[in-house]
Amino acid sequence: MSNNIAIQVRDLGKRYTTGGSPEKYHTFRDAIVNSVKAPFRRLNRQGADRSADKFWALKDVSFDVHQGEVVGIIGRNGAGKSTLLKILSRITTPTEGGVDIYGRIGSLLEVGTGFHPELTGRENIFLNGSILGMKKSEIEEKFDEIIKFSEIDKFIDTPVKRYSSGMYVRLAFAVAAHLNPEILIVDEVLAVGDTGFQKKCLGKMGEISKQGKTVLFVSHNMAAVSALCSKAMVLNHGSIIYPMGDTDEAIKYYIDSISQKSLTDLTERKDRQGEGKIRITGFLILDKDGNRQVVLVSGQWVEFQIQYECISEKKFNHVRSDISISLTSGRFITLLSNTFSSELFDQIAKKGHFSCIIKKLPLSTGEYFFNLQIRQNELIQDWILEAVRISVVSGDFFGTGKLPPSSHSGALFEQQWKYLE
Amino acid sequence: MTLPPMVAPLATSDEREPTVKIRPPKKWVPVDLHELWAYRELITSFTLRDIKLRYKQTGLGIAWAVLQPLLTMLIFTIFFGGLAKIPSDGVPYPLFVLAALLPWTLFASGLTRSTTSMVTDANIMTKVYFPRMIIPLANIISPLVDFAVSFVILIIMMVYYGFAPTLNIVFLPLFILLALGTSLGVGLWLSALNVKYRDFQYTVPFLIQIWMFASPVVYASSLVPASLRIWYGLNPMTGVIEGFRWALLGSGAPSAMVLVSVGMVIVLLVSGMFYFKRMEQYYADIV
Repeated sequence: MSNNIAIQVRDLGKRYTTGGSPEKYHTFRDAIVNSVKAPFRRLNRQGADRSADKFWALKDVSFDVHQGEVVGIIGRNGAGKSTLLKILSRITTPTEGGVDIYGRIGSLLEVGTGFHPELTGRENIFLNGSILGMKKSEIEEKFDEIIKFSEIDKFIDTPVKRYSSGMYVRLAFAVAAHLNPEILIVDEVLAVGDTGFQKKCLGKMGEISKQGKTVLFVSHNMAAVSALCSKAMVLNHGSIIYPMGDTDEAIKYYIDSISQKSLTDLTERKDRQGEGKIRITGFLILDKDGNRQVVLVSGQWVEFQIQYECISEKKFNHVRSDISISLTSGRFITLLSNTFSSELFDQIAKKGHFSCIIKKLPLSTGEYFFNLQIRQNELIQDWILEAVRISVVSGDFFGTGKLPPSSHSGALFEQQWKYLE
Repeated sequence: MTLPPMVAPLATSDEREPTVKIRPPKKWVPVDLHELWAYRELITSFTLRDIKLRYKQTGLGIAWAVLQPLLTMLIFTIFFGGLAKIPSDGVPYPLFVLAALLPWTLFASGLTRSTTSMVTDANIMTKVYFPRMIIPLANIISPLVDFAVSFVILIIMMVYYGFAPTLNIVFLPLFILLALGTSLGVGLWLSALNVKYRDFQYTVPFLIQIWMFASPVVYASSLVPASLRIWYGLNPMTGVIEGFRWALLGSGAPSAMVLVSVGMVIVLLVSGMFYFKRMEQYYADIV
């Protein structure tokens, strides 16, 4: 077992000092003044606990990654994921513990590192490639492939400052995708570009992982983690709260751990339209047991709650409540509305919620926007586009454990097949 | 929910040696020259980038590399050679001063650029690993292009004044190396200090100005009393400039002063590398 280890992390810890914020520049004068003051400070603050200025971004982290494993690291912002990545990719040093890495390592914490706007696409391919650790001969060999992947062949000798942001990202990712290390560390670089290109990137990632490479993947995108990773672990406040293990279990654990914060507050949203006599104040997702959820699972029982508030004391009649679901690319998939399933709501109280229950969620793995709307007498009272962004992770919709690939995000249909001669 | 078991806490010694070992910082670490050599292509890439970018979107382009030393030479010739009548060891003053300006500019622009380099390229270095020393190194190498261009001007000037270079010209590369070494030695110190204390980028222009008058650019080192000559050599640029004039114009052979200069450069380089390496371990946290 120990001879196919790719990454071995032991008791890793990283401590930061919060006393000086990163924006505050140290000046040489400060250093001189401080060194003069130092003895006196010790007198003044004798025994004073200075540990308050320090915090551990990472503490007692240990895990193993074996060759050929594709491992996901999940956690909220500030959980220590980035710090871990920075240590593993040798950008910063740990405060304690250590890491042993077996094999040529390449890290992608950003696409297009070192891209210079004044240089042409061609020049940037070579510069970026060599920054990422590719040899010149290697880049030359893959040059045509990179250009083909990026779809910018016509503009290859144009300075990249003339590129659209989409072209820029495509070129940058194209170089990164052709990086060929034994161990690859990837930060959420997939969160860039349009949906089509994101899909292509995910495909490429899947391809890389099938080549027997070791991949460490950090992402917020549970669907991507679920699709790509064979193992995962969960970080929180700098420690491992779910050790390296089964990906779906880890995702479930992560979702459970953040479920308390699942109410989406919509009172602050300014980008809304409508008369405003009835206003949407929040959106909530509940499971069968009434627990709040932030991430949906294909095929689950789910209740959506649109919370509202009326501006006046008047009890409104003929109230219609809509949830339209769209892909993050903007295409609408379906519309949920009480006009379809029941009567419109009458005599509604000043405050309350409209509830919509779906017994078996027919949404495939992917990212979706929920657009919320309330009408009264067919007059739009409140309308928030892209009110919430929701991930749907893979679940057992068909009872077989199988689902369409992530390239086919959208609706799922119950289906029966048979063969006739 | 049952959690999978934690991994064994101790790093078991493996038969294989790890490719990379990541450990907490140590106080003094030597520079890994082996690693630096492995990254030589990246040094070339960064040097090429600097060269390509230098004169992008300028009307005159590479002509700036000619104009800068030429105009400086003209001004120095008028004020120091013409008005102040500073002796130039029997060499025409323009030639005398240009032979010094060439290595001086090489040193000064390398130093200026490398001092700020660690901050300018922070966005790259906080995203990907490579030996950080590559950045100041590339900034010191790239002014060689300007140097080569202005060297042609010097040759033309020498032909004009009827100066044939002596055989000593074969030693010229050594003095170029000495200038680059000085630039790197001081550049490593200042670029590392500038990461933590941004004050240094403002002091460099003054430093260079003062340093120039402490070096025999506009005057000959024969002006300095013989008893002080050895101490004068502690400024490595003295050895460089004297060496240039000796190799190109056949002025007096450099004395033991040059050895002092070489010694000084070695001290600067070694100490600079250690200090730089120390800063490098904290770089991403403080930049």
